[in-house]
Amino acid sequence: MRQFIQGIAENSHYQATHLLQILRQIQSRYHYIPEAAIEQLSGLLNIPRTQIIGVVEFYSFFHLAPRGQYELLISDSITDHMLGKKDLFDYLAKKLDVAVGEVREDGVVSLDNTSCTGMCDQGPAGLVNGLALTRLDQSGIDKIAELINQQKPLDEWPEELFQVDDNIYKSGLLLNQQIEQGAALRSAFKRGIKETLKEIDYSGLRGRGGAGFKTAIKWQFCSEEQQTERYVVCNADEGEPGTFKDRVLLNAYADQVFEGMTVCAAIIGAKQGFLYLRGEYLHLYDKLQSILEQRRQNSLLGNNILDTGLDFDIEICLGAGAYICGEESALIESLEGKAGIPRNRPPYPVTQGYLGKPTVVNNVETFLAAAGIAVNGSDWFANIGTEKSKGTKILSISGDCARPGIYEYPFGTTIQTILNDCGADDVLGVQVGGPSGTFISNQEFDRKLAFEDLATGGSFIIFNSSRNILDMVHNFAHFFAHESCGFCTPCRVGTSLLQKQIDKIVEGHGSAGDVVALEELCQLVKNYSHCGLGQTAANPILTTLERYPDLYQSRLKEISFEPGFDLDGALETARRMANRNDAGAHLAQTDASGSRPVASLPPSMAVGE
Amino acid sequence: MSKTITIDGKVIPFEDGQTIMDAAMAAGVYIPHLCHQPEFTPHGSCKLCTVKVNGRNCSACTYPAMDGQEVLNETQELIDDRKRITQMLFVEGNHLCPGCEKTGNCQLQAVAYHLNMLDNHFPAFYPEREVDASHPEVMIDHNRCIFCTLCVRASHEKDGKDVFAISGRGIHKHLIVNAESGLLKDTDMAATDHAAHICPTGAILIKRTGYQVPIGERIYDHKEIDQVSLATEHLKHGE
Repeated sequence: MRQFIQGIAENSHYQATHLLQILRQIQSRYHYIPEAAIEQLSGLLNIPRTQIIGVVEFYSFFHLAPRGQYELLISDSITDHMLGKKDLFDYLAKKLDVAVGEVREDGVVSLDNTSCTGMCDQGPAGLVNGLALTRLDQSGIDKIAELINQQKPLDEWPEELFQVDDNIYKSGLLLNQQIEQGAALRSAFKRGIKETLKEIDYSGLRGRGGAGFKTAIKWQFCSEEQQTERYVVCNADEGEPGTFKDRVLLNAYADQVFEGMTVCAAIIGAKQGFLYLRGEYLHLYDKLQSILEQRRQNSLLGNNILDTGLDFDIEICLGAGAYICGEESALIESLEGKAGIPRNRPPYPVTQGYLGKPTVVNNVETFLAAAGIAVNGSDWFANIGTEKSKGTKILSISGDCARPGIYEYPFGTTIQTILNDCGADDVLGVQVGGPSGTFISNQEFDRKLAFEDLATGGSFIIFNSSRNILDMVHNFAHFFAHESCGFCTPCRVGTSLLQKQIDKIVEGHGSAGDVVALEELCQLVKNYSHCGLGQTAANPILTTLERYPDLYQSRLKEISFEPGFDLDGALETARRMANRNDAGAHLAQTDASGSRPVASLPPSMAVGE
Repeated sequence: MSKTITIDGKVIPFEDGQTIMDAAMAAGVYIPHLCHQPEFTPHGSCKLCTVKVNGRNCSACTYPAMDGQEVLNETQELIDDRKRITQMLFVEGNHLCPGCEKTGNCQLQAVAYHLNMLDNHFPAFYPEREVDASHPEVMIDHNRCIFCTLCVRASHEKDGKDVFAISGRGIHKHLIVNAESGLLKDTDMAATDHAAHICPTGAILIKRTGYQVPIGERIYDHKEIDQVSLATEHLKHGE
């Protein structure tokens, strides 16, 4: 092991900024991060051991205790649940003889849940040693269980288990254009760099991650900073449940994305770029590396690009299972090899980003659009869309519809049009923008896709009338509690409190006042949290509470007081310790009149009969 | 003309580079806080110092003062919500004041009194947390840690040691120490370190000193935290 770690540290030039990438390799080889590795790395990278442990314990894909040689993770997105995840998960656990969250006794396999893996159009999905598994069904699970029990290496597993489809059903402005490699850069240089920035400005392009900051202004701010060492970062940490368009863009349009990054580098004067790729998209890594290599061969990356004097290269950094790293300053922290904790702002990344230097962070789709604008000019883009939302938006559509997949629409398109196209009938509502977005009911399908109406990073989850909205809210509440980085009090404690309060209501332990308390808590978490995660974590509750107040009220008990937990369940430990299981060792949740809990006394203790 | 902001209508001067907290403290205006101490790099995590700046919630300890800002500090809404945030800190750990030797000297308790907190409001989490009494002079009671990182910053910035760090994610966050055994006795911690004396709660304690000052004669037994804070911290803000 010493030699192995020495080797990877050397390849990383002993830079602590590469800690995540180093730990990924150790986890992949040993299926945990051994104590000895931490000790050795601490010396080699010259950082305290606590810093390494802090990173290991922050990211879901790193472990201090051994996991199985086959680390199986099953996606826990609401879309996987809608496709029958729970039964499959139970079947898988039984078939492999391993409990959820545990490692099988022989150490061969471990099983656990993971947040949405971005395969919502082809779920239920999972990961085995980081590689995407799609369309899981009973026969697939039988196969997987057999392969694991035979301890077959992953490269001998049948390819269809790992098959990932693009499922592009509707192409528009961006997906229709096939730019020749290098064309955007050539156009940009021919037109002039400053003029290209103007074109991007005139195009009205706004960030595609959801927040919608004007791209040209961000690039201009960055280019005007005094510090001349600047960076371009492409945010491919597509973690919002229900979003998978970046996966498709990087599979089918990567050249154009890299081209957009290079145009940005020319404009802001950056020499180094990063593609921060979520760990769940490991299956794309080799392909993307070879595209980068090819671009270097063709003088589109590296020194003196296309003889223009521009030096720029792109490095791919993989994430390790943390939704928060989609937040731009958390992503930068992660790129620096640290836990993904959002920074205090100001300063913003355009002034102090990666290593404290001016940095542009944009979404995959934004760079793709920028490349298109560099080739075709601003009108090509600005002529489409609405006044405030120019161009098109690429949606990831999943849930209850005939054709889940990728759809590109001009901004201003109505929800009803989208539902018609993807074959969605009997729709109850749509979650637009993922858990952090908005739930709209079937009374609002004339609303439009636009920053000024329904802004979205691209997630579009459809629910038909057979679904229970509270199941969705419950799933999202658990998601946010799991993904909160824990930095600030309102989000760290608040998302856990929200989870508990929703559990209480959904499980039927809620009583009068509990919905009011829930709403108060939502406002607190929303208004006081440090970053977008906490500020949006209550959205699923707030947007459904607004539309379906009766749904929440109907779950409450009629009585004035209901214990907030299962009283009898809480006695389980005491019963075990006392070795008792008679009637007197049990407690009813409430007495018949519903006023207070009572114990049913055993006959021997009943008095005055 | 020097630059000014207003806090609840009161005009307060500031210098470039000062945060809203710096300016407020220098002018004798108390903004509740737990994770902030003027000697250390501001952290902005406890969110008790949230103020409304031109209508937006901001952490006073990290947000730069800028000319003309209208800051709201003591509104009923902010006071109520700060109380809720304090209650969150109480329920996520195990804070049992009557049995804690820090009572009366504890900033968490004092802030709670200041905000008129009379109950937990939220259901308690009762997490299972350990006590590390391995070190001969200093002990850690993890039940009382609020993840303010003051000990982390003090150890790094003042002691030059890196004894502490925060590890884990979300509600599973926890304080760790820099030793293979994970125990304080195997670190280079000394009772004279700044980090040993900075804890705003009773999570890091010097052994055998707990009751040298009797209950009833402690810092916050006779003075509110705003008075104490302004008297002891504001000078340091001027530095």
